[in-house]
Amino acid sequence: MFVINCPYCGEREQSEFKAGGEAHIVRPKQPTELSDDEWAEYLFMRKNIKGIQFERWIHTHGCRKWFNVVRDTSNDKIKAVYKMGEEPPTV
Amino acid sequence: MKKNLRVKTSNFIDETYKISFKFNGKTYYGYKGDTLASALLANDIHLVGRSFKYHRPRGIMTAGSEEPNAIVQLHNDTSRTEPNVRATEIEIYEGLEASSQNCWPSVNFDIGGINNLLSPILPAGFYYKTFMWPASFWEKYEYFIRKSAGLGKSPTKPDPDIYEHKYIHCDVLIIGAGISGIMAAKISAKNGFKTLLIDEKPYLGGSTIYQNTENFKINNQTSSSWLNKEINEIKKIKNLEIKIRTSVAAFHGYNFLLARESLTDHLPLEQRDNKTRHRLLKIRAKKVITATGSLERPLIFDNNDRPGILLSSAIEKYSNLYGVACGEENILFTNNDTAYEAAISLFQKGINVKAIIDNREEVDSKLIKETEKNNIQIYRGYTVVNTSGYKRINGISIMQLSKDGQKVIGPKKSISCDCLGISGGWTPAVHLFTQSGGKLKFRDEDQVFIPDKYPSDQISLGSCNGDFTLDEIFLSIPKKLKDFLNIKKTDYENLEIYSSFNKSKRNIWLLPSDKIIGKTKPFVDYQNDATAKDIKLALREGFRSIEHVKRYTTTGMGTDQGKLGNMHALGIISETADSKMGELGTTTFRPPYTPLTFGTIVGRNVGEYFDVFRKTPIHDWHVKNKAEFENVGQWKRAWYYRKDGENMHDAVQRESKAARDSAGILDASTLGKIDIQGTDASEFLNRVYTNAWSKLAIGKCRYGLMLNEDGMVYDDGVTTRLGENHYIMTTTTGGAASVLGKLEDYLQTEWPELDVYLTSVTDHYATVSVCGPNSKKIVSQVIPELDFSDESFPHMSFKNAKIDKIKCRVMRISFTGEHSYEINIQANYGKSVWEKCMKVGKEFNITPYGTETMHLLRAEKGFIIVGQDTDATMTPIDLQMDWIVSKKKYDFIGKRSLYRSDTIRDDRKQLVGLLTENPDEVLEEGSQIVADIKKSPVEMLGHVTSSYYSPNLKKSIALGVVRGGKNMMGQKLIIPMENKQINVTVADPVFLDKENKRLNA
Ligand SMILES: [Zn+2]
Repeated sequence: MFVINCPYCGEREQSEFKAGGEAHIVRPKQPTELSDDEWAEYLFMRKNIKGIQFERWIHTHGCRKWFNVVRDTSNDKIKAVYKMGEEPPTV
Repeated sequence: MKKNLRVKTSNFIDETYKISFKFNGKTYYGYKGDTLASALLANDIHLVGRSFKYHRPRGIMTAGSEEPNAIVQLHNDTSRTEPNVRATEIEIYEGLEASSQNCWPSVNFDIGGINNLLSPILPAGFYYKTFMWPASFWEKYEYFIRKSAGLGKSPTKPDPDIYEHKYIHCDVLIIGAGISGIMAAKISAKNGFKTLLIDEKPYLGGSTIYQNTENFKINNQTSSSWLNKEINEIKKIKNLEIKIRTSVAAFHGYNFLLARESLTDHLPLEQRDNKTRHRLLKIRAKKVITATGSLERPLIFDNNDRPGILLSSAIEKYSNLYGVACGEENILFTNNDTAYEAAISLFQKGINVKAIIDNREEVDSKLIKETEKNNIQIYRGYTVVNTSGYKRINGISIMQLSKDGQKVIGPKKSISCDCLGISGGWTPAVHLFTQSGGKLKFRDEDQVFIPDKYPSDQISLGSCNGDFTLDEIFLSIPKKLKDFLNIKKTDYENLEIYSSFNKSKRNIWLLPSDKIIGKTKPFVDYQNDATAKDIKLALREGFRSIEHVKRYTTTGMGTDQGKLGNMHALGIISETADSKMGELGTTTFRPPYTPLTFGTIVGRNVGEYFDVFRKTPIHDWHVKNKAEFENVGQWKRAWYYRKDGENMHDAVQRESKAARDSAGILDASTLGKIDIQGTDASEFLNRVYTNAWSKLAIGKCRYGLMLNEDGMVYDDGVTTRLGENHYIMTTTTGGAASVLGKLEDYLQTEWPELDVYLTSVTDHYATVSVCGPNSKKIVSQVIPELDFSDESFPHMSFKNAKIDKIKCRVMRISFTGEHSYEINIQANYGKSVWEKCMKVGKEFNITPYGTETMHLLRAEKGFIIVGQDTDATMTPIDLQMDWIVSKKKYDFIGKRSLYRSDTIRDDRKQLVGLLTENPDEVLEEGSQIVADIKKSPVEMLGHVTSSYYSPNLKKSIALGVVRGGKNMMGQKLIIPMENKQINVTVADPVFLDKENKRLNA
């Protein structure tokens, strides 16, 4: 169980958070303009990386805020934490 | 023939404090400070159990938590009984009752012992190969296997003990209070780190503390007296907390550890009441120092498992710490200097050591010289090839080893003995290190795995790091501590160390024998009865991966996780398969290091706290009025109210009829309620619901359907516009939290530009729903000042009102199809409003109804229940709810998915009504629906989702999903049951009042 540094609350146990999948997948602004394939790309396609992964987490049992986490999935080390809307850091 | 094998007084045993205990029904005596194992040995009892597969007699093998054989059941048939307890760990107390576990019917006469004679036909994988086929026979085999294998009995009575969990945060956690751990604790705490030192044993100091010879000295004092002073010193340091009888179960990532602190297990039963038995410590440490020591290895030779064969270090510990001789005629068998340490200790206590068999040919050390001075015969370059004695060893045969160690040569010599100590060198206890994700490396010179790469801020010190001798420890620890704690000095530089231990070792994983391997029983895993032969067989049969060999032979799969024999298993594999040890890898040691009780794991979360439930403000009334409850999410909801003599069916029929005939009342407080405010609230609702919301007038209500982005129905409910920028949304009872989470997700991540605020107010309001043709009469008496005329207060509208000065919101909405009202009031007034409705409704036979009736009534109207009639594969179109999907809106969650090639298929499963040919026949929910029973295989078209007997329509009604069902109206289908077929007709899902006349009745 790891420790996550919530950008709003500080370090908390992982059990206070919930993971929300891959980060930086933007919902298309005009879904109706998209072909089935393009929409499926947004809807279903997610990366499953061994190594550095950008992902969304929410502090469910805390401030209820969503934010982004850069995590190495091979050892669970968290490289960076940043707020929604902020540019992803280079790691 | 009772013998007393207690030898000279030990500092750790209080001989003035005599304790009686029972083992296998017989009473024995021991002293305070004894473990069950030491007390049994003092009574000359070695035989304590039977082995798992062959039921061979087994004795106490070790003196610690690595014990594979001496596994006992405590206090059989009482509420405090516990299986799988290691006799080497339990401290005896007055009244202790223990019994052997792996034997049936008794340890001295064991039916399964016949397996030992059958062992040529019980090879590795035997259980897989035989009992798993034919599969139907397993039930029969299982009974006997379980009965005769004896895995211990789980308690059948409630556990009377208290358990708790505790969080601990510290700067430095030190696991193991041996010499390395004590040194680390002192330096860490003295440098200002908040330090926690824990050890599984009831005393501090590890094995050094009872090592009382002149052969090991620190600054000219014996190592034990030096360490004693250190222990006394650290006990005074303020920021050091010491916990004994505390065993680390798991070492997880991020330095998160679980440890069990045992608080009462050493006390007589009558002193345990109202005390916490175990405390599960959840430790978050900034830095971890592992100083878990090392485990002595056995030696692998024919019949190396007889009672009376122990590790040589165990024999030394029993003599030095407990003052117990394990035998009167002792022989030691070794490949290194450890056995000589034991021999000298025994000799000093006056215990007879007859001989030492040493694998090594040319070896000399101070220890050996001293041993020889004491006239102990040493057989250099010899090995034990066999042992004799059934329930207790009575002799060994030895032969000379060839130069390469692969063969035995020369004549065989027999020596009698009643105890054999074996030493195969030491294995660093790296279990916790590997649990934490650490990677090991193999050190060829002494054939050990030691820590290599640390995954977190931690180090390993002392023999768990491969630093076995005093000189190595004092050489490495000061430097390591300075680097790790970032400090300038320790107290341990420049100490004078004297150690007579010579590190030479002759490592032979499987010792040669004069017999072929097929005729021998060299045990590698004692607990699971896996021999070297089994491992070789697995390799012959093609298993290569160590993890596969482990599962096939069950090596290392017992409750001890093979702490003793895993290295030998690896060694034998590497020799047989001709691969390098370092490249084979090791099997994974998984938590817990030693078994935990369920009580420890659940802590205080037992009984009513096991899974807390939520109750509505009206709950007590439901209880008083004989409601049966149903769990919905975490809520307890009134299911139905049983009247005298009624069964569930009767009650539901009565409730359903009353609600339509006159008046019914439902506690709807559990529905999720989300308060939505902000200038963009209308736009937000437009985006999350399928229908249009911008034109909803203030004071009006609307039903909404929410989809996932994949177009599937996610939740539904009525939302009311309370003001220009203010809405209250209701969700399903079970979906409240996830709906709020989903809405927050969109607001925070996709549409941060929207000015919308969400607040969960589910618990803030109680909701009383009154329905039926007389509902208006009742509610208007409860709130007399409110105008309830249809013109002023039509269906799907809302009004603010007051009941006895208390503000409430009244909605005229309906989930039953009846004229109905929902009163929402501050939660703590809920019960009084409910009672008021009951009182004024009495003349109209107002009938409380539960969720079952609610479901029946809505099914009559064909209203769906999300999660019952839908299952995350249903679009609104599949539900025949096209009317609620806005064609005009540019976008809403899930819109694009509604015309994906898959969602527009005509032959998707669609919701339809089902009517049985026989109107009294009620379908089973979940039944399959087919068209042609003769077709093979039978094609499943769908299944029944909701089914009831409707008292209002006087017939059976059902909803179901059927492939292409929309276009099958009037078609006959079949529900095949176990011994009949039920004929049904596809119908409109709205069974009652298609024109919605009752809403205004
Ligand atoms: Zn937070």
